[in-house]
Amino acid sequence: MSNIGSYEKRLSDFDWGQARETLGWKDGELLNIGAMCSDRICAEGHGERTALIWEGFGNKSGKYTFDDLRLYSNGFAQFLKDQGIKPGDRVCIFMDKIPSLYFSFLGILKLGAIAQPLFSAFGDESLEVRLASAGTKAILTTKKHVKKVRKIRERLPELETIVVVEGNPSKLRDDEVFFDVEEAPKVDVFDVYKSTPETPSVLHYTSGTTGQPKGALHVHSSVWGQALTTSWVLDLKPDDVYWCTADPGWVTGTSYGIIGPWSLGVTQCVLDSGFTSRRWYQFIQDNRVTVWYSAPTAIRALMKDGDEVVKEFDLSSLRFLASVGEPLNAEAVIWSGEVFNGLQFHDTFWQTETGAMMITNYPGMEIRPGSMGMPFPGITACVLDLKTHEPLTEPGKVGLIAFRPGWPSMFRQYWKKPDIYRSKFVGASDDAMPDQLRTDTSLWYVSGDRASIDKDGYYWFVGRDDDVINTGGHLVGPFEIESALVEHPAVAEAAAIGKPDEVNMEVVKAFVTLKPGFEPSDDLELEIMNFIRKRLSPLAMPQEIEYMDKLPKTRSGKIVRRYLKALEWGEDVGDLSGLDDD
Amino acid sequence: MDKMKEVVLEYVIDEYIDEDDDEEVGVDSPLISSGIVDSFSMVSLKRFLENKYKVRLSDEEATPEAFDTVTSICSLVQKHLG
Repeated sequence: MSNIGSYEKRLSDFDWGQARETLGWKDGELLNIGAMCSDRICAEGHGERTALIWEGFGNKSGKYTFDDLRLYSNGFAQFLKDQGIKPGDRVCIFMDKIPSLYFSFLGILKLGAIAQPLFSAFGDESLEVRLASAGTKAILTTKKHVKKVRKIRERLPELETIVVVEGNPSKLRDDEVFFDVEEAPKVDVFDVYKSTPETPSVLHYTSGTTGQPKGALHVHSSVWGQALTTSWVLDLKPDDVYWCTADPGWVTGTSYGIIGPWSLGVTQCVLDSGFTSRRWYQFIQDNRVTVWYSAPTAIRALMKDGDEVVKEFDLSSLRFLASVGEPLNAEAVIWSGEVFNGLQFHDTFWQTETGAMMITNYPGMEIRPGSMGMPFPGITACVLDLKTHEPLTEPGKVGLIAFRPGWPSMFRQYWKKPDIYRSKFVGASDDAMPDQLRTDTSLWYVSGDRASIDKDGYYWFVGRDDDVINTGGHLVGPFEIESALVEHPAVAEAAAIGKPDEVNMEVVKAFVTLKPGFEPSDDLELEIMNFIRKRLSPLAMPQEIEYMDKLPKTRSGKIVRRYLKALEWGEDVGDLSGLDDD
Repeated sequence: MDKMKEVVLEYVIDEYIDEDDDEEVGVDSPLISSGIVDSFSMVSLKRFLENKYKVRLSDEEATPEAFDTVTSICSLVQKHLG
């Protein structure tokens, strides 16, 4: 029997109090995610249960109990407190998926500070933009990544503390601190911050069409949404071994790679090494993984490597599969059923801003391959007419995916950007503030994605409603790429779009004009690609660069990405009357 | 072949390893499975090989396994050079 049981019944008698029941929550308990994922599980008598099975490259491995989580998160909390970090301060976690990432995340929350996880493959420019925006006070990193921090530190006056959590302490600079929590004296008792439901917890950066990335701020009561969706959608049970393949630099890696499973006291595995099909299958086999939450890009890469590889491994432990990041194509769903003992991947739809799953396929429900599924109980969803912004009732008609505000894990603001937050709500008054917007159930929060709903209520993804590029399940903002491109000495102007890709759904393609004295060449293309890879990230690196004599612009001089994208995708370019035909 | 390995190794070190990194990388060191080169960065490595050796490597050939070491990369390129 699945945890959700009957979806229809859950819909009919739903209230968010069921999250408390799922967690066995009692009135008066401390609502602090850091403690809920460690201290609370120990207090329930499960301190000796395995919390984390970790494998890194080169046969490195580790196994940690919930009591270890409690002690090591206490260790980080105490250390940061001793460094002068206070509740509300932003503390960035910038490291690969090593155990200290997980311990420090919980420790930061126990201290009442705000965890700001960032993808460790970000280059120094991507890092700088996000640290400057958040006014980050401390950063926890590793020997491997601290060099990027050193390059930008002088330009970040608010960054006071740099902590290196592994490696050789003798190689640090005078203004850096070394802290290896596993070697430090154990901290058995830490006075956990008395957070309220609205105390900020996690700040995740996400990209938009215009401007630099924005910080979506979450709060401690997000755990209700994360725990309940983990239980009902991923169907996690106490004896499961769960593998979420996401990096905590992105929201899936925190909501479902830390908070969801650990608040429920479930064992999870983490693999911190490069992707190859055999390595992944070996990991599932070795750890007897039962529930696997992955991403379409990885699933399609596995599919590309073929069925024969799958047969080399014993994957019989698997019992439930789910996917997130971008729409999972029907072929991948069908393929998974064929090769994984009849188990099909259940697609789930949500985003950084929603903090938890919103529209998903459920255990026991018929999967319609290619569909996003149906709204989670307690979530009021619809698609809005593209022009009038009224909810559509006609099956199959494409509109904007929208939700009524008020679910527990909803982001509470874009960090210091109330105007952009307001712009996400249809019907909001010009002076409405974030606290009003997030509780006003007469409004619609617009996700930025398009879909249709069929006659049975299944949602079908169509695409983004803006120019944001979804590559490998991660959103990349064209503005950020274009700004970096024009910093290359040869580039005069640039436009970035997503172009179709079999594995990653989209990859970045750039169109550039060159400055006088530079000639197009393959070597220059490679040089520009590597320039962006190092400055921003491998995800943002254009996989193709097209040289142009001039870029299409409006008469006011704005580059028209829409035109370039339509050409690339073989679509109708639409009304060109606004283009400068000079 | 040895010369090619030298060139490719030098490119990998220049582009994917930080200057003051202690990491020792040789022609048989894992690149993809170790995470030194991720799947997105593999595209720029493939582009380098295509530009340098005037070959065209198909996506079917350019797998993480084939790109996992400098030696395996050079074997792939050598096949095209005949």
